[in-house]
Amino acid sequence: MIRPRSLIRLNRIFHIYLPLIAYTLFALFPIYYMFITSIKKDSELYQLKANPLLVTLQGLTLEHYRLLFRETLFPHWIVNSIVVCTTSTGISIVISILAAYALTRLRFRGARLFGYLVFVTYLVPYSLLFLPLSAVVAWLRLSDTLWSLIVTYPTILVPFATWLLMGYFRTIPEEIEQSAMIDGCNRLQSLIRVVLPVALPGVVCATLFAFSLTWNDLLYSMVFISPAEMKTLPVGISTELIRGDVYYWGALMGGAILGSLPVVLFYVFFMDYYVAGMTAGAVK
Amino acid sequence: MKRLIRKHLSSYFFITPALLVIFCLIGYPFLLSIYLSLCEAMVGQPLRFAGFENFRYLLRSDIFLQTLKNSLVYTFSAVVLKVVFGLGLALLLNSGIRFQKFFRGAILLPWVIPDTLSTLGWVWMFDPLYSVINWVLTHLGLVQKGIPWLSNPYWAMASIVLVNVWRGLPFFAITFFAGLVSVPRELYQAAKVDGAGRFRIFFYITLPLLKPLLLIVILFSTISTISDFNIVYILTKGGPMNMTHVLSTLAFRVGLAGGNLGQGAAVSLFLFPVMAVVVYFQLRVIQGRQP
Repeated sequence: MIRPRSLIRLNRIFHIYLPLIAYTLFALFPIYYMFITSIKKDSELYQLKANPLLVTLQGLTLEHYRLLFRETLFPHWIVNSIVVCTTSTGISIVISILAAYALTRLRFRGARLFGYLVFVTYLVPYSLLFLPLSAVVAWLRLSDTLWSLIVTYPTILVPFATWLLMGYFRTIPEEIEQSAMIDGCNRLQSLIRVVLPVALPGVVCATLFAFSLTWNDLLYSMVFISPAEMKTLPVGISTELIRGDVYYWGALMGGAILGSLPVVLFYVFFMDYYVAGMTAGAVK
Repeated sequence: MKRLIRKHLSSYFFITPALLVIFCLIGYPFLLSIYLSLCEAMVGQPLRFAGFENFRYLLRSDIFLQTLKNSLVYTFSAVVLKVVFGLGLALLLNSGIRFQKFFRGAILLPWVIPDTLSTLGWVWMFDPLYSVINWVLTHLGLVQKGIPWLSNPYWAMASIVLVNVWRGLPFFAITFFAGLVSVPRELYQAAKVDGAGRFRIFFYITLPLLKPLLLIVILFSTISTISDFNIVYILTKGGPMNMTHVLSTLAFRVGLAGGNLGQGAAVSLFLFPVMAVVVYFQLRVIQGRQP
């Protein structure tokens, strides 16, 4: 006979834990599968009889990673991505900090309008403007250079980061700044010495999101850059590791795993910031 | 007076860089895309003003009409699924479970990993010959023959929706979860005392309180789903037979691969009304909150 207490527990397992675990498996499976694909031997990858869920018969291999580093331009793509993403993120965050500060703290003519402008541009879909931007890039003679991306990524990042940072700056009481101003700081000094240290979680969060947004870009870098050695990581692996009908699946998955690593590591270290930022835009 | 001017000057110093980005790199390209859409603009040829010729052509083209339909189907089904399952997941996370932090962390991963990279994993999982999903389904005896994930038009649409939901669901779940946490406990207790069942509590307390949040997330996701490029381009490139083209992938094909900038710009511009509607409602929600 089952006692009510354990009945309730059984009920909870079926109605809460089981669906939750099922969903977690669904969420994580593709990542797991990408990883094991990258360490299986080709002879096992392309064998219909082998169980694809496990690494079985022939053991592990680093062959795909060797191919990636030795026989493709993968190292170039990583460096390109790092250069482009850190530079454009850095520039955008500085611009956004200044703008968000002005919008939340300073009173000036047109402030309201500027606020709306930031919000509206924040909602401009990123695939709306790639064609005219490619004309602008060509006109600036930046096609096929990393500068084309460093210049255009801020169009996505600045409105977004400004909006996010405004939310953080608003939560900082004005009083702490007033004492700094009495001590003779001007606005810029007060921003750097007083506001920024307090708003650090927001800045970290905006930086994190901005970096992952640019890291994930496919469209702009595909449109503005064509030489293989200038490509960024997502474009490089998804165009150069597929030749005609031949997919280098092991290397492709290895590249995707390595490419996800920096973003995932950031996430692991800053998870609470990350969640706070995710919900900030919507909840605040 | 002098001080006033200086005060204003410093404000403009703060906002000028952002204004430059907004006007030169968003505003100007936007006007340029309107101009291009009104021109016959082929790569390498001089521009020729053509009025609404591009739009007239598009509205009579089967591929474009199909693309519009695809965009709507893709966006509508993905957003609805994300809302329903996102709510469900948020409720599960909020029901006093153990290892809550672990589940939250694990569930977020598909959203953290760049979709340009994870979607490649899905292409491999949908492989016509070596699809792991088909392997599992056939071994469980659920299907006789493998499902033609990306080669059949309807399955291809289902596939892009599936991947979009896989990718976007964590955002919905975590945001709704944050909303649920902020609902005051007393409300639930009071309702329970009054004898309300679980469904009544959900429909009469939880849902109304979540409504503003729900609205913002739906609006936000609508615009990002309808303008999605990565998932569709990587999975199907708009095929088979243009049955999964969405506005961004068609604009890419026409404007870049086809070299027809004018028509490509015209295709992209169909995103604009969607954006305008979203902006309008978002502003209303935001203003409603700070009267």
